[in-house]
Amino acid sequence: MTAEPLVKVQREDFDLQTEIDRLTNGRLDIGAVVTFSGLCRDEGGMLGALELEHYPGMAEAEITRIATLAIERFDLRCLTAIHRYGKISPGENIVLVIAAASHRQAAFDGANLVMDFLKTSAPFWKKEHAKDGKEGDWISARDADDAARDKWTVDNK
Amino acid sequence: MTKLVYFAWVRERIGKGEEEISLPADVVTVGDLLNHLKTLGEEYETALQFPDAIRVAINMEHADHDEPIAGAREIGIFPPMTGG
Repeated sequence: MTAEPLVKVQREDFDLQTEIDRLTNGRLDIGAVVTFSGLCRDEGGMLGALELEHYPGMAEAEITRIATLAIERFDLRCLTAIHRYGKISPGENIVLVIAAASHRQAAFDGANLVMDFLKTSAPFWKKEHAKDGKEGDWISARDADDAARDKWTVDNK
Repeated sequence: MTKLVYFAWVRERIGKGEEEISLPADVVTVGDLLNHLKTLGEEYETALQFPDAIRVAINMEHADHDEPIAGAREIGIFPPMTGG
């Protein structure tokens, strides 16, 4: 049976160890756990905060779709994906992906695929706030992120 | 009536997060909808002036601009995503 991903879209912070334990507790079939966590950079001291907007309902659905794709493609034992929204300060967590598999390569690939799709198709948007409190611009989508996503469908078919 | 929801700079430029509107019968596809919205006022015109930069979701699923909108309960209109 295919594993169901654990997907959470939340304002609150998360704890890496708690989430790893939740995923692996009582499991004897997992040989590899890969975690990716994305944090807010201060952009050379210029950034005061990032404001993350999301599409409630669709954000959860889209991440679940991506996570399920990764589980099926790499035969993952389980996968957790957590994405925060709201105002996030430099140094704080934004996103967490944990992929668990029998073997290392599947866990790496699973986490990698989820992040590449998440960046380009999960409905989140980032707005910058400068350190002096001034409201900045919305961050533009990057072509490089589209290319990273497309390599999963173009090269690895 | 169709519920429209807007996000990020599309929401800011239109000046509201959501609205219910009734659409003329000749609005068939996502592209037709974007063109129709542009006729509703300057703020819509500004928000939607570059259609290639606009993403749309029908009932919370991504949709291309040539897809029909018939049966849509909710249509989301927003810029390219920048999560992660």
